[in-house]
Amino acid sequence: MTQLIVFNVFNGLIVGAFYALMALGLSLILNLSGVINFAHGGFMALGAYIAYSLMPYTGFWGALVVAPFLTAILGLAVERVLIRRLYGRDPLYSLLLTFGLAYIFEDGTRFIWGAQSVPYQVPAILTTPLSTQFFFLTGYRVFMVALVAIAVVALFLILSRTRLGMRIRAGTLDLETVSALGVNVRVLRNLNFGLGIFLAGLAGVLAAGLLGLQPTIGTSLIMPSFVAIIVGGLGSLPGTLLGGLLIGIASGIATVYLPSATEAIMYVMMGVVLLIRPRGLLGEEGRMH
Amino acid sequence: MSGTDRRLTLAGIWIVLLAMPFWLPYLGGYTELGSRVLVMALAAMALNFLLGFTGVLSFGHAAYFGLGAYAAGMTIKYLLPSSIAGILMGVIVGTLAAMLIGALIVKLRGVYFAMVTIAFGQVFYFITFRWNDVTGGDDGLTGWQRQPIDLGFTKIDILGNDKAFYYLVLVFFALATGAMALILRSPFGRTLLAIRENERRARFLGIPIERHIWLSFVISCFFASLAGALYALLNNFTDPRALRWDLSGNFVIMAVLGGMRSFWGPLIGAAIFVVLQDYVSSQTENWMSFIGLFFVLVVLFFPRGILGIFRRRTAS
Repeated sequence: MTQLIVFNVFNGLIVGAFYALMALGLSLILNLSGVINFAHGGFMALGAYIAYSLMPYTGFWGALVVAPFLTAILGLAVERVLIRRLYGRDPLYSLLLTFGLAYIFEDGTRFIWGAQSVPYQVPAILTTPLSTQFFFLTGYRVFMVALVAIAVVALFLILSRTRLGMRIRAGTLDLETVSALGVNVRVLRNLNFGLGIFLAGLAGVLAAGLLGLQPTIGTSLIMPSFVAIIVGGLGSLPGTLLGGLLIGIASGIATVYLPSATEAIMYVMMGVVLLIRPRGLLGEEGRMH
Repeated sequence: MSGTDRRLTLAGIWIVLLAMPFWLPYLGGYTELGSRVLVMALAAMALNFLLGFTGVLSFGHAAYFGLGAYAAGMTIKYLLPSSIAGILMGVIVGTLAAMLIGALIVKLRGVYFAMVTIAFGQVFYFITFRWNDVTGGDDGLTGWQRQPIDLGFTKIDILGNDKAFYYLVLVFFALATGAMALILRSPFGRTLLAIRENERRARFLGIPIERHIWLSFVISCFFASLAGALYALLNNFTDPRALRWDLSGNFVIMAVLGGMRSFWGPLIGAAIFVVLQDYVSSQTENWMSFIGLFFVLVVLFFPRGILGIFRRRTAS
């Protein structure tokens, strides 16, 4: 029983790490540009499929490095051509546009790579269990958690130490002043969008190795990411990270005791948070308007 | 629009709707398609009550639509084989859920409100998806059908006769739109418009904003769940897709396409969307791409909707 609980908590932690990675990208874009990027899951699936197509040429490790960048470039292009036009308008419109993009991405991946799940090979060195007692502790799972942790640390370093990161944080608080100080806001929003999509691409490359790769992988991970942002608190990236991990672990534990509530548990958590602390666990006051 | 114009438009709309089963076949349609347009239009107009006339963006209305559908189907299957009982139960369940969730979210605004409604929209999807024994899970709720309505002196065979069912839907559609129009004309409806135009000013006037938005949300979901119950009866079937996120998005695009600021706009948007979806999905397997492209084009080129453009032309 203990083993079962440990297994599911660990599993929940991994899934939570994915939710967090997705949600961090969503949060970045939402905080700076006020856009709910419904196509985030689509970008994630695309990242995974790009990695899948690259693997015969570059191997797993090459694809792991290259695919998120290619996804991010696509993100930069989409922002430049479509999403940029909608800044400053009712958020309804960017939501509808990215909603349409989500349709196109899901259908497009199905058209190119087929509706069935494709064989997504992870290097054998990563699939062997590390321990006989905790058989589920394969190298790949540990590797994923480590890589997500590295990505998150890197993101927070970029945001706190680099010029781009400082501008993003400043823009989140007051975009007009940042613009008046001579920062090119168009470029800033573009790069910020690309950064968010990079995280989605990375999440895709990693998640495909665990969950298998089919066109619906994106939509199945984006909904919990919204919940993660709401639980963690709008406007707070550490909150988003915390929210993602919490709902992941909670659904892991629910799998042990009440399997049919695996998904429902996170919505219950969201309801409780909204009831007790509407701005979210680490959310700032006044952000919710 | 002057009073006469308005009355003429209204008469035109009702004549077209009343005669639909008779002219639709000549355009290559069928009665069931007409019923579907009406049901979707009712859902889109219900959403627009909140979106266009209260100024609150809900992106999760499929939840209440789907709850109405499931409650109607399950009532007929397990409790009482009566269409009217099914509709009643659908509306009750959908509205109760809206009252609860509405209370949790009424303090939120803008993007945050939209995001929480998206998230909550998925709860019931997962419940119906997982709760196999009762809801049929992914395969949907089968093994039941709508029942003829017994009025005592006569029986209306809505099961065997498509046209009879169309007119039943039309009756509910008329009652619902009439009720929404009356509410919007009342002082309460005017207050909702005031909140949409300037929430802060309305608050300073002493209007209890949260209570108004909550009530508007509940009214909107009441009619959405009525549409959902009718949708289940229409198909003699319902599945988790009736409450999934994509349907919520479809309702919003119907409202936007027709024109959010006009009462009848969503009816036109729903008619175009339903016919387009029916046509495209019969022509190609990749209908999702076309619908997605349709979303993008509407946002880029028709953000004010069809009636919005029309109005701007007449105004200038």
